[in-house]
Amino acid sequence: MNIPSPILTLLVGIFVTIASLWYGQNNGLMPVAASQEAELVDGLFSTMITIGFGLFLLVEGALLVAVFRFRRKDGDEGDGEHLEGNIPLEIVWTAIPAVVVLGISIYSFDIYTRMGGLELMKHDMGGPGKMVEVAYAADAVPGSSTSALGELPLEGDLLESDLSEGELISEAGLGAPVEMADSALSINVQGLQYAFIFNYPDGIVDGELHIPVDEPVELKLNAQDVLHAFWLPEFRVKQDMIPGQETRLVINAIREGTYPVVCAELCGPYHGGMRTQLIVHSAEDYAAWVDERMAALDNGEVIASLPTPAADKTDAEYLETFVDPLQLAIAPESLTALRSE
Amino acid sequence: MLLGNERKWTDYFTFCTDHKVIGIQYLVTAFFFYLIGGALATAMRTELATPAPDVVTPDVYNGLLTLHGTVMLFLWIVPAGAGLANYLIPLMIGARDMAFPRLNAIAFWMIPPSGILLISSFFYEPPQAGWTSYPPLSLTTGMLGEGIWILSVLLGGTASILGGLNFLVTILKMRVPSMPLTKMPLFCWAMIATSLLILISTPVLAGALILLAFDLIAGTAFFNPTGGGNPVVYQHMFWFYSHPAVYIFVLPLFGAISEVVSVHARKPIFGYRAIAYSSIVISFLGLIVWAHHMFTSGTPPWLRMFFMITTMVIAVPTGIKVFGWVATLWRGKIAFTSAMLFALGFISLFLIGGISGVMLAAVPFDIHVHDTYFVVAHFHYVLFGASVFGIFMAVYHWFPKMTGRMMNEFWGKVHFALSFIGMNLTFMPMHELGLRGMNRRIALYDPQFTDLNVIATIGAYVMAVSTIPFLINAVWSWRYGEKAPANPWRALTLEWQTLSPPHIENFEELPELITGPYDYGLGYTAERDPEELYAHAVPAPAS
Ligand code: HEM
Ligand SMILES: [Cu+2]
Ligand SMILES: [Cu+2]
Repeated sequence: MNIPSPILTLLVGIFVTIASLWYGQNNGLMPVAASQEAELVDGLFSTMITIGFGLFLLVEGALLVAVFRFRRKDGDEGDGEHLEGNIPLEIVWTAIPAVVVLGISIYSFDIYTRMGGLELMKHDMGGPGKMVEVAYAADAVPGSSTSALGELPLEGDLLESDLSEGELISEAGLGAPVEMADSALSINVQGLQYAFIFNYPDGIVDGELHIPVDEPVELKLNAQDVLHAFWLPEFRVKQDMIPGQETRLVINAIREGTYPVVCAELCGPYHGGMRTQLIVHSAEDYAAWVDERMAALDNGEVIASLPTPAADKTDAEYLETFVDPLQLAIAPESLTALRSE
Repeated sequence: MLLGNERKWTDYFTFCTDHKVIGIQYLVTAFFFYLIGGALATAMRTELATPAPDVVTPDVYNGLLTLHGTVMLFLWIVPAGAGLANYLIPLMIGARDMAFPRLNAIAFWMIPPSGILLISSFFYEPPQAGWTSYPPLSLTTGMLGEGIWILSVLLGGTASILGGLNFLVTILKMRVPSMPLTKMPLFCWAMIATSLLILISTPVLAGALILLAFDLIAGTAFFNPTGGGNPVVYQHMFWFYSHPAVYIFVLPLFGAISEVVSVHARKPIFGYRAIAYSSIVISFLGLIVWAHHMFTSGTPPWLRMFFMITTMVIAVPTGIKVFGWVATLWRGKIAFTSAMLFALGFISLFLIGGISGVMLAAVPFDIHVHDTYFVVAHFHYVLFGASVFGIFMAVYHWFPKMTGRMMNEFWGKVHFALSFIGMNLTFMPMHELGLRGMNRRIALYDPQFTDLNVIATIGAYVMAVSTIPFLINAVWSWRYGEKAPANPWRALTLEWQTLSPPHIENFEELPELITGPYDYGLGYTAERDPEELYAHAVPAPAS
């Protein structure tokens, strides 16, 4: 196989490089990056998109050129050239992907380390006093045939006693566990069909996640009934919530705002409705929110508010359909049962 | 004149042990289930045209979803691959039948009950836990539907093990004496790799499903956390089969495309050995990458890194194949037959799926997009690209051999154009949906994702329409199509060196190999009648 003329190759190379660099930087496919982790992942993503787009242009380009240049003329019964292979060429196209994937692996490893992926291994898992809270609400869903809660025998005693020995605490997650200093914020997140319940320090319970900006926050994830997955698209982190096994995430918000919290693991019919919001406050706003909730607690008022659906109220239809099953699933009584103290 | 190659139509409804009959039984069954799987998909896309769950209830959506995935994988790709292998392997290696003809028929006859059982569950209690059927959810959504799902997949898995065993022994033991492994068509190489994977990994799936059935029916707690079981263990067992299964699905079609590209470009396949051995490498590597489906499932960090690297490495042998096909086209004499168009579609779609696959292997990125529409887009580019485009390609290419009639090329091209447009319209927008935050397996979604979903739904309708020209063409051509010569594409592999359709015993006298399978450009076809290439080849029927 002849290599096309050097000048043409060079021109094609330059074009492909420029096009893919441009697309890698300007694809606009990712949502806002609202955490430190998101910035790291986006760097990796645009590198991979650049390489992938370049490869796409080259191979699809070669295909297109081939099918137009080497079309069989009508009535031509002959064969193409008898070319069985070309060892240098084959070595090159084995080596290039090999180097590319090696590069991406090393880069990913680096990003993963910087996201704290490997930190967890160093941490002493499940020492005494790290009892995992497993809340359960056996009869939480009166009359709901679609929910599993009524059917799954939630013998919480067994679960709880197992866990208190710290055996099932998973090493998995992302981000270094926050040192248990007084200032560090650690929130227990409970997944259940079809809601997330957030247990803050001091007995605050809420259906939405409130955190301060620019401060690492540790999330301890548990599931009550089936698998759920805790996903923050704007933070680029996700972790499964596994019944009987605690997993963790440490997140570092860098932008104030309201972002979706999404369940990403099929957890039943209303899986699509299992979502809430993450509100990133300034430090002062966060303190104010905590004070407000504490005051409410002292007065014996509501201990939790249901997640308020997306701020965009234009699609009333949507809101209705997703709030209904939600209220079905977490009746106010069951919220009481879910309080962590 | 009866040339000894006529079959009665009733033979196709019997326990016939002729590999050609079984091959066609498999293929027709697969197409039947493809239509069902496609109808389920169209129903899902209709539901997803609006954010609210207004067309079907969320439970029904999950039933559609589970059946769609299961049908497409276990009742479409796998039987279609097995059908091609059944039909082609003995012909390609110059054998009279498979090594174990009766076992072969038994394997086929497990598929229809498995499929009918599964589909019937839809009418009383569809399984709802997705084709992965993860516990604890699968233990809570209804015992009957889930039990049927397990039974059906176990039946299909058993059929696949029996088939795999048969392919392996047939290829290794029954080649004509003049055919060394290195002169064997690449489709047979691909089937060796596929069969090895089936034999190693399918029993593990069976194990997982049997344990799951115990949890479901007998109340044991292998995977049930409320009794102290660990649901993540199921995921390991499941993916130990189901990742290699992806290669079980696509390798036969990788083999088929190597045949088609070479014939319709009239060039030797570029890098025969590299393509042959890469199949084996892929099946080995395929066995050690399963946990890349579990990066967010509580998998320890060092394991995530291990599986990231093994997954990335698979890109290398896969890349070798793709480059080999493109290089085969280069400087060929490319005929724009329907088979070739589908082959070109296959390569382009598979390339896109392959690129997004490497991206998914990168752990930090996968953590973001796992279980989102990005993944749905990725695996449809791979599975839809390979299965639908690959199987249609194979049908257009081998239809003359199987039926003795040519298919209509014009409608073939219409079919291709509609499928290719519809496919990209449906699945391309899903990449963006996933990246932006749309999780998969949901009947109701955030309204901000409406526009892209509408595009995807339109694409799905285009695809649904695209099957119409194919169906009419296939049925019509089978009966009234132009009579096919023995070797309409002037190909060099052995299956073309006998009648169309072949003798009941394939070859009147076993052929002797004179050329390699892809020796185009050496003057064989230009100067000599391909029929004469084989010392004892059977003459074409006078039509
Ligand atoms: C005919 C056109 C097709 C359309 C419109 C289509 C559409 C879809 C849709 C909408 C989903 C659900 C995504 C979700 O809710 O997460 C899905 C899932 C799936 N599809 Fe397809 N699909 C098609 C063809 C295929 C083919 C040919 C295959 C395989 C050979 C396939 C395999 C799957 C699998 C394995 C799933 C996942 C099921 C699960 O998560 O349990 N699909 N498809
Ligand atoms: Cu959930
Ligand atoms: Cu969910």
